[in-house]
Amino acid sequence: MITAELIADHNLSDEEYSRILEILGREPNLVELGVFSAMWSEHCSYKSSRIHLKNLPTSGPRVIQGPGENAGIVDIGDGLAVAFKMESHNHPSYIEPYQGAATGVGGILRDVFTMGARPIASLDSLRFGRLDAPRMRHLVDGVVRGIAGYGNCIGIPTVAGETTFHAGYNRNILVNVMNVGVVEKDRIFRGRAEGAGNPIIYVGSKTGRDGIHGATMASEEFVGDETRQKRPTVQVGDPFTEKLLLEACLELFRTDAVVGIQDMGAAGLTSSAFEMAGRAGSGLEIDLSKVPVREPGMTPYEILLSESQERMLLVARRDRLETVMAVFAKWDLAAVEIGRVTDSGRVVLFFDGRIVADLPAAPLSDRAPVYDRPRVPPRPLGSMGWERMPEPEDYGACLRAILASPNVAEKSWIWTQYDHMVGTNTVERPGGDAALLRIKGTRKAIAVKSDVNPFFCACDPYRGAAIAVAEAARSIAATGARPLAVTDCLNFGSPERPEIMGQFEAAVRGLSDACRALSVPVVSGNVSFYNETDGRAIPPTPTVGMVGLLEDVSRRVGVAFRAEGDVVALLGEARDELGASEYLRTVHGREEGPCPEVDLEAERRLVDLLVRLAEQGLVASAHDVSDGGLAVALAECAMKGGRGAEISLPETIRPSALLFGETTGRAVITFAAANESSIRKAAAAEQVPFRAVGNVCGSVLSVRVSGRLLVEEKVDSLAKIWRTSFESAIAAADVL
Amino acid sequence: MSGKPLFAIVVFPGSNCDQDCHHVATELLGCRAEYVWHRDTDLKNADVVILPGGFAYGDYLRAGALARFSPVMESVARFAMDGGPVLGICNGFQVLLEAGLLPGAVRVNRGLRYVCRDVHLKVENTGTAFTRLYEPGDVVRMPIGHMEGNYTAPPETLTELEYEGRIVFRYCDAEGRITDAANPNGATAAIAGISNREGNVVGLMPHPDRCAEGVLGNDVGRRMFESAALALARR
Repeated sequence: MITAELIADHNLSDEEYSRILEILGREPNLVELGVFSAMWSEHCSYKSSRIHLKNLPTSGPRVIQGPGENAGIVDIGDGLAVAFKMESHNHPSYIEPYQGAATGVGGILRDVFTMGARPIASLDSLRFGRLDAPRMRHLVDGVVRGIAGYGNCIGIPTVAGETTFHAGYNRNILVNVMNVGVVEKDRIFRGRAEGAGNPIIYVGSKTGRDGIHGATMASEEFVGDETRQKRPTVQVGDPFTEKLLLEACLELFRTDAVVGIQDMGAAGLTSSAFEMAGRAGSGLEIDLSKVPVREPGMTPYEILLSESQERMLLVARRDRLETVMAVFAKWDLAAVEIGRVTDSGRVVLFFDGRIVADLPAAPLSDRAPVYDRPRVPPRPLGSMGWERMPEPEDYGACLRAILASPNVAEKSWIWTQYDHMVGTNTVERPGGDAALLRIKGTRKAIAVKSDVNPFFCACDPYRGAAIAVAEAARSIAATGARPLAVTDCLNFGSPERPEIMGQFEAAVRGLSDACRALSVPVVSGNVSFYNETDGRAIPPTPTVGMVGLLEDVSRRVGVAFRAEGDVVALLGEARDELGASEYLRTVHGREEGPCPEVDLEAERRLVDLLVRLAEQGLVASAHDVSDGGLAVALAECAMKGGRGAEISLPETIRPSALLFGETTGRAVITFAAANESSIRKAAAAEQVPFRAVGNVCGSVLSVRVSGRLLVEEKVDSLAKIWRTSFESAIAAADVL
Repeated sequence: MSGKPLFAIVVFPGSNCDQDCHHVATELLGCRAEYVWHRDTDLKNADVVILPGGFAYGDYLRAGALARFSPVMESVARFAMDGGPVLGICNGFQVLLEAGLLPGAVRVNRGLRYVCRDVHLKVENTGTAFTRLYEPGDVVRMPIGHMEGNYTAPPETLTELEYEGRIVFRYCDAEGRITDAANPNGATAAIAGISNREGNVVGLMPHPDRCAEGVLGNDVGRRMFESAALALARR
């Protein structure tokens, strides 16, 4: 008997329950109610976001697989393609940082290798609260150890990412993890249960009582001290088992035995079974008593909704069942035939010989609720008077302070804990603009980058989201690679609040406009709502993951100043913009807008120019100007190269904005003097403002503005601050 | 000896650098290479055996503690006893230690964290099967990536290693000075790699497989593989 209380416990509204009655023509039993609850959770059904996401551009000449599968896939030529996706593991990571982050890595890896791809790189995009907030150092430490623990053990390098700290994340941290794999174009696998009579095989870890209703949890906000009671919904990862699964699956994919495959992620067996049947338009019969379980007495309800990790559901050709079982046996993996594909269009679940659920497959996703939730458009946050502030007395001190801030300081403390080299493809290691991975057997490399500036998004979600795409593209182009496609991970508060839905709609519009302007379709993604505690939401955080292609790895361009005497030039032009800058936050403790403007056409031209200059081998280094502004960008080039520079700028705007403003659409390049005229011409052809501003020389970074010496700092002193500040901030820990 | 040397690359469940080593042997050296599954005992007439890096058995219990019981290890021991060149890299080194093919043990890094970065090494013994192509005292840069690389051994073993010149690599700074600051994991006597008495079995924590070609910014590690291949070609 389904009571109103049970319905509420399953996070289903009365309206949703009526829809269930209508689909079934009867009352569901408890197992069926659980299935609907999981499949119609925000996490699985995208019920609040779907109508907005459909506006994103998702197709393009290189797109092989767009959204809707385990991962998106784009063509990179030579018969190869890259599969990639980003996903959030925010809620579990706040409750139990190590396992929450670790299983986030495990989940995204499975999404990529189920497509037939060998994962070659992970990225992590992390948002934490202030380091002095309660539990925060414990969370930072746990998340980093969790990502390291899983990624290092399974042997997939973690090569790039970003980490920001802001009070807005004090009680809701964000852990977004992206993975990229390489697959032969004609060996792509999908999550489809096809061919009536084909066996359904369960493989991997046994099913336990962990993580039941994890998807539902990810679809609720935290209230008060509830995190304690939710502990059992966090799963525990076993990277060793996943390594075996990875190798066994890739070995199987080289045979012709596999028809379809999907991992059991959020909502476990339920979602993989229904999605596989739904996509193929087929039906399934599954005997839940055959599912390997960790403890006796587990009910069908628990078996269906468990989110135990490292499990896969696979449909094989009936005549190749033995091959499948032999490969799994070689890798010491337990594989069990638990059912078969039918053409009934229904998913029928048995337990101990009785039918415990009998549901139509397609309506669970086709007729999932879709909400056009009420929303109020966000009011962009403007200036609160920074324009009237006096100029600083010591610009060098400002630069040092910004380099020491946790958001700008080098995060080697994080990425040296990650194996970022296994696989021997990492050509450009963490800490540059984008990481570069060569593709063995070709001359190519792919560039990978994740990006979003939550401070910008907090001021203006539309612009912030558009800038995230533009900045990722610029970073990728700075390496010489051409941006190809995007995955996104949209982290927001509760969609039930109109102001959050307003932010969401604006951010998706920003992504959409920028992706169109830069010709980078969105091929996969994830939405994480309910990132709020006691009614306080995180800043809107639409994380962008981007992949680019470098045709010839020998043409790659790094950030570091390369040679004494090289000319330093700026591409793009600074505006009088200090709103939302690291300078205002760090030096003046001011959080105010406006978000910098973004000119998407200009961004596209800059990207084209950077790619062309690299192709022609004209530049020695290139670096995107972003957090901390031009002064920080110059310092980074200098510190990485161990070389100084003498820079001279005309005072077009106030010097603080010239040095520390975060105007978009800019890059710093260096080149041999002989190349200057060619570069100047190329920039003019792309209508990108070009200005030679100095030379690489010596061991001091000096910046003059209209003749006035504003910055004069030894590069090695700056480097010491930049390289050690983050570790010192963490080491000041009282809880590690 | 006919044709090009054959490298056998042992694959334990959880090995991660097997393909990286295969790439070095075949693509970079132009040699032949075969994977040997840990349950097999046939080393396929290999000329060189590599135990690659990774997390054999997930490093559960203790790095290398379970892998040493894999059937293949008996064949590796016999091969080593017969003078065949055996190289253990990172996790492979840990397996050699657990299997008793090299003395000593590794503990968790002194910083209690996994460390992945470049370090400098001083080449102290160029008489082993894998270091012939270096000059004594060479300072080379190689990446490390491990949680348990803090080498230790009983005092008498350490004395023996020192006395017999079996410390092949020590952590040092860029100028070749052996300093505490240059020691990434707290290893006793800054030991990064050692050999057996005969010099045919070598194990080290750093990854020569990760610095064997220019596109990765460093090819100094390639000489370790070439040393073994060259010696065989001359045989």
